[in-house]
This record gives sequence, C-alpha cells and structure tokens, in this order.
Amino acid sequence: MSSPLHLAVALDGAGWHPAAWREPSAAPRALFSARYWAGLVTEAERGLLDFVTIEDALGLQSTLPDAPDERTDQVRGRFDAVLLAARLAPLTHRIGLVPTATTTHTEPFHVAIGIAALDHISGGRAGWRPQVSARGFEARHFGRRDVPPLDQVLNRPGGADLSADPHVRDLFAEAGDAVRVARLLWDSWEDDAEIRDVPTGRFVDRDKLHHIDFTGRFFSVKGPSITPRSPQGQPVVAALAHARLPYEFAAAHADVVFVTPHSADQARAIVAEVRELSADVRIFADLVVFLGDDAAGRKARLDELDGAELASDAAVFTGHVRELAGLLLEWQRAGIQGFRLRPGAVPYDLWQITSGLTAELRGRQAFRSRYEAGTLRGLLGLPRPASRYAEAR
Amino acid sequence: MSRRQVHLAAHFPGVNNTTVWADPRSGSQIDFASFTHLARTAERGKFDFFFLAEGLRLRELKGRIHDLDVVGRPESLTVLSALAAVTHRLGLAGTVNTTFNEPYELARRLSTLDHLSGGRAAWNVVTTSDAFTGENFRRGGFLDRADRYERAAEFVRLSRELWDSWQPDAVLGDQAAGHFLNEDAIGTVGHRGAHFTVEGRFTLPRSPQGHPIIIQAGDSAEGREFAAATADVIFTGHGSLEDGKRFYADVKSRLARYGREPHQLKIMPGVTFALGDTEEEAAENAADIRRRQVGPQTAIAFLEQVWGRDLSACDPDGPLPEIEPDLTAGVSQGRVAIKDRAAVAAKWRALAAEKGLTIRELVIEVTGRQTFVGTPRTVARLIDEHVQAGAADGFILVPHLTPGGLDEFVDRVVPLLQERGVFRTDYTGTTLREHLELA
Ligand SMILES: Cc1cc2nc3c(=O)[nH]c(=O)nc-3n(C[C@H](O)[C@H](O)[C@H](O)COP(=O)(O)O)c2cc1C
Repeated sequence: MSSPLHLAVALDGAGWHPAAWREPSAAPRALFSARYWAGLVTEAERGLLDFVTIEDALGLQSTLPDAPDERTDQVRGRFDAVLLAARLAPLTHRIGLVPTATTTHTEPFHVAIGIAALDHISGGRAGWRPQVSARGFEARHFGRRDVPPLDQVLNRPGGADLSADPHVRDLFAEAGDAVRVARLLWDSWEDDAEIRDVPTGRFVDRDKLHHIDFTGRFFSVKGPSITPRSPQGQPVVAALAHARLPYEFAAAHADVVFVTPHSADQARAIVAEVRELSADVRIFADLVVFLGDDAAGRKARLDELDGAELASDAAVFTGHVRELAGLLLEWQRAGIQGFRLRPGAVPYDLWQITSGLTAELRGRQAFRSRYEAGTLRGLLGLPRPASRYAEAR
Repeated sequence: MSRRQVHLAAHFPGVNNTTVWADPRSGSQIDFASFTHLARTAERGKFDFFFLAEGLRLRELKGRIHDLDVVGRPESLTVLSALAAVTHRLGLAGTVNTTFNEPYELARRLSTLDHLSGGRAAWNVVTTSDAFTGENFRRGGFLDRADRYERAAEFVRLSRELWDSWQPDAVLGDQAAGHFLNEDAIGTVGHRGAHFTVEGRFTLPRSPQGHPIIIQAGDSAEGREFAAATADVIFTGHGSLEDGKRFYADVKSRLARYGREPHQLKIMPGVTFALGDTEEEAAENAADIRRRQVGPQTAIAFLEQVWGRDLSACDPDGPLPEIEPDLTAGVSQGRVAIKDRAAVAAKWRALAAEKGLTIRELVIEVTGRQTFVGTPRTVARLIDEHVQAGAADGFILVPHLTPGGLDEFVDRVVPLLQERGVFRTDYTGTTLREHLELA
C-alpha cells in the first residue's frame, strides 16, 4: 500500500479560471454570501479533504502586475479571509481552515490573535497562510510606505525570480518576523495558565504568562497575547513558494509549503531544494485542475470566453480523475506529500475532487475513508507542541 | 399614546472582575460554546445586539501581570463572524481601536462581517492611546488625547467613503453578456488627511447595512462630540436615573449642530442586574455577587491603584491605611487611568469614616455600577421607567456569570417588558439598523 496522500483545495471566487463564473453551474451573484462559501466548504469536508485554503489580498484582483485593471468581465472583490474562515467554522467539524492574511500592511498582533481565535472557534482546525504584498497599489491603500513599482522590480537583474531584490528580501524578512511573533504569542500563555484558584483569588498563574519581548527591524511586540493558548497550541502555518527566497521563508517559518512544479522531474528537484533547508516541512504541490470527461473542452470554452489561454504559476491539469490520481501518485514518489488542488471552476471541479478523485485514490489505498484526527495538526501528522516557555522552565 | 421602546444588548464580559469565576456555574470564558450560549440566549430574548469589549494588552499592577480578574479573550471580529453562523437576527458588535488599526483593512473586515451576517455588524469605536498598549503594535502609543479623536473621526469618515465606493448594484453576474461588474459601479477613493493618505479601490461590494452601525464609548467632551457627529449608539456608564438624564440631555443637545435628530443616536448605559423571587432575596443576591466580585485581594489591588503603593500588608477587612498616597508613582497599567488620585483618596477616606467601612466594603461601594436589583417585575419596571424618563434609550446588560448569566433575565424579565408594551415580541427587521429603528 502506498502511503496516504494529503489533499487540500484552494477556494477563490468561482474557481481559478478567470471566466469560471460564466459556467452554467456557477453562482456569480452568490459569491458575496455566506451560503455560497458554506456550500463549498461542507462539500470539501464531505470529501474528507485535509483542509481548504481561502485566498485574500489587500487590494482588488488584477491582470496587471502592479495596478488595478478596469476589467468588469472577471470576478473582482473578496472577503477578509480570516473572518470568512471563522464564519465557516461552526458549519464544519473536521476540515482544516487556512485563510490567507497579508503580513505587509497588517499588525502582527492582530493577525496572531485572529488566527488563535479561529483555532478556538474551530476546535483546533485553524491554519494561516502568511503572504507578502509587493504591490505598490496595495501599499497606497495604506499610505505608509513607498514601494518601487513591481514592474521595475521584475526588470532588475535576476529576472522574474525576485529572491535577490532588496525590496522583496525586506518583505520576506518582515513576514518572517510576523510569523515569529505570532508563534511567540501563541506560546505566551502556557496551556494551564488559567487556574481559578479560589483561596488566593487568582484566576491565572502569572508565572505561566510571558512577555515575548520581541524586537526586530520592522516592529517590536511586547506581549503576552490577550488570547489563551489555542487547541492546537500552534495553528498550522502554510506558505506558497516559487523560488529560493520563499523556500527559505517556508523552511524557517512554515509547517506546510505549497510548491508549483510542472513535471515529476521538477517536483523531484524542488523537493530536493526544500529538503536541504528543512527535513520537516510538509511539501504540497499546487495544481490547477479541470476534471471530467469534457475537461479539455470546458477549459477551451472558458479560455475562449476570457479571450486568453489560462496562465498560472501552477501546472494546469485537464483530464479524468483516474489520470489525475496517477499523476498525484507519480509526484508522490518524487517526494510530494500532499496536493493543494485549485479547482478550475466550482462547484463542478470541486465535486470531481470530493467524489471522483477521492474515491479513485481510496481504491488505490492512497486516501483516507474517514477523518482520523480532530485537529488540522492531527490530520497532517504534526504533533501538538508544548509551549516553548513551558519547555524552558 | 405609544410608549418609547426599550433597546437591549448583551455584553459578554471579557477581562473583568464582573464575572464571578469562582461560581461553579461559571464556564469557560474562551470556548466558542460559551459565546454561542450567551448570544443565542440574547437572540431568544429578541435583543438588539451582542457586544464584545476589547483590551489589547494584559493589565499590570506593580509591574506584574494582574492575576485576579477574568482574563483572556479571542479576537472580537473573528468571534462575531463565527457567531453569525449560529444566530440569525441578533446584531453583532465588536470593539475595535482606531489608534492601532488602519482604515482600509478594518473597513474591509467590518464590511465582511456585515455581509457574512446579513447586515448585523456594529463597530464600537474606541481610541485608547496609551504607550503601554502601544508596545504591542507597530504604531506604538504616539497619540495624545486630542489627536486620538481626530484620528478616530478621520478613520470613520474614510471607512464610510470606502463602504460607499461601490454602487449598490455593482455586482451583476451577467453570464451571457460577460459583465461580472457593472461598469462605473466601483469608484476610487482618494483621501489625503492629517492621519491617513489612502488611494485606490475597495475590495468589497456595498454591505447589507451600507454602513455598519457605529457605537462610541468614551466620556470626555471630545468623546461626546465625536459621538454626536458620528455614532448611532453610545455605550456609557451613566446608568442611574439622575446622572443618566443629565448625560442624555447633554449628548442629545449636541446633535442639532450636525443636522441630526435626537432619535438618531441611541444612548445605552452598561448595567448589571440581580434578581430574586422577593425584594429581600434579590438584595441578598446583589450583596453576595458584589462580595464575590470584590474578593479580599481584589480590594487591596484596587486601593493600590489609587494609592500608588504596595499595600499587600493591609488587612482588607480593616480600615484604610494611614499612609498617604504616593502621587508620583502609578502602579497600574492597561486600565483607564484614575484622574486626580489625591482627590479620590480624600473622598474615600471621608466616605469610609462616615459609614465606618472596611477596605473591602469601601471598594465594593465605590466600584459599584448601576445595578437593577429586585424581582423580575421590579427590574422590568425600573428599566421601563429609565427609558420613559429620558435617562436612556435602553441598556447593555452585563451578566455576572458566563455563559448562563442572561438566562434568567430572558426567561423572566423580557416577558414582563413585552407585557408592558415596551419591548418587541419578535424581530420586525433583519438588520441591526432596523432593530435600532435607524433604518
Ligand atoms: C462604557 C465604556 C466602555 C468602554 N469600553 C472600552 C473597551 O472595551 N475597550 C477600550 O479600549 N476602551 C473602552 N472604553 C474606553 C473609551 O473608549 C475611551 O478610550 C476612554 O474612555 C478615553 O476616552 P474619553 O477620554 O473620551 O473618556 C470604554 C469606555 C466606556 C465609557
């Protein structure tokens, strides 16, 4: 028997094809309703997936690298992903919820307690995808920093891999500090800090609450958190990475890294590069998927509607779930431990995953037939860590 | 003649010594089940909204984390968003500070909450600026008093610009024609002010309420003026009949200057309550609750805040210390500061001498807030009287037990308010704005 695969889906709008909202089964007028998202996440849970991710950014979607476009023929607009995940948490029971939250213009303290709150609300199913924003037009929503236009950055020597760019390096360094602070805050209440000791009148044991005293280049945070330690202790941190610098970020700070190989050989090379940096991080590959008998035809029709062939950082798969299962198992042999599938169009491609693909993998003894753990860490085989402060005593 | 209607809200006590945590009926302060129970009880009682306070740093006394009070809370808007899934009509109000947030991000989170709750979001705008809290944030605690309301006013103005920037009919979803959005339906925002420079486009369609409800809490002249100009609801401590009438008249008189009518700003003091089958039993309950809220250690800690000294050697059941307050030293951080500690200490000495109070009895007396004590019938009458007399438009109830502290009120007092014809028997609208008669 092959070792079980982990499966996640990435939710965003009507799916990952820009024209997905025009599919007959799409519900474009419902995108800004709780009911729409509840339908998707309960379906993903019915399929026993490990988790869903929810995309977000502090600016509108755009086809331009660093400016809003004026297009009205594609989905524009998104909810705050952390609040959306919280809205979905009481409607689900086992599936992990991994919202995106930007590290660039946000307060690390607020983000950390938001994710901790999500972990409390969901009974230990919270994750966080920290994301940097290099975009000047997003920075202008905050008016607090000057950033070089992204096209200028892209044209600097070094090409599209921005790992060498000083501005981008700073953004990742700041993101690293943001995750470090979040993790310190998550540990800053030891598990048994609440004592309710009637004789001494003490609700908490102050020796189990800790100032984190973080001082960094970009901000400093005193702590402790205002939120008690959450069910997972440390919610799961997951980062998307395409190049050296984000691999380093993920290896240092994340529990899960989403990578974007386009072949089994590339997958093997990326796994080797990431594994040099970390033995522990769980490596998931991202794939955009169009599934079913007419997958290629559907994608071609959507490309036609959009006036362009779908472009993506991740490989685009079109085909039957049987073929996809084969590909996943092949990439698994290259060292990939799980997949974050980006459905080309929802709900159709989501159904294909939750019903067809999971059944196919199960038939090959490569996917669960029931949830084996109550927390996201549990599903990913990550132990629940003790607070570093408890360990230090 | 129709009687003025009472508005009611439920406060989930966060960091406080209100909750009698030693009571065996006191449950978790952090499990989502506790929030669900209290919110559903409030909704069963047809309350206007559920309210969460905020404090962004754990309080310290004498340089150490204060350990006597209930402490520990999740992030407010995250919890409220989850509560939107387990309630249907109840308004969901979160306290969020304007000093340690940025308008684009917060306006977006509040709009998200309004969408995800179907029009039930409210924002209690607070402005604390102390550097102690600021140590948890990029921004630090750099604002002085006048500036923080200026920043708050600009913050709310800009948030409303962002909320207004998409036309109500912006999302077409016209699959055949290929128009997801209505052309020209998303405006750009270009704001240049003393505190913010924001330019670009908002990321969300107009929410069900358009503008989430704005609540203000804060008592200074600046705070009242800000409320008169901006808020839909004031959360205040002025809950007694005479004090309430004064505050009510003062605040409502400020509205005309902003072209607003008195009914457009609802005044809701935070109050506690103690019930009993008889007046005597209720009074006993009230006294018992107060004693348990102010334990011996809490009494000393409270005195230390005023005295600015370590008083741990004092007997809480004995008299006030002979020693004079040290006015140079502040020992407490993370609380609203006590103004003019010398005067407070003098007043307390006089009060203790006059009534022969011990330290603990004194603290019980001076920290009491407006409490409705009596049988359910008495409490319903008192609430009604305050509203008809123009001392309040309603109340934010602060129960002393989490999460069950509202059950008895909803089961026994609400029906009597309904009988009196001053409280709804069912929701007539779906949005908080409608519940508050502000639509
Ligand atoms: C009834 C009431 C409730 C308040 N609740 C909070 C709160 O939850 N969080 C907070 O940071 N400040 C809270 N405050 C503080 C005020 O918002 C304000 O910052 C403070 O009172 C100082 O402003 P002022 O000088 O106008 O009174 C509250 C104030 C009042 C009167």
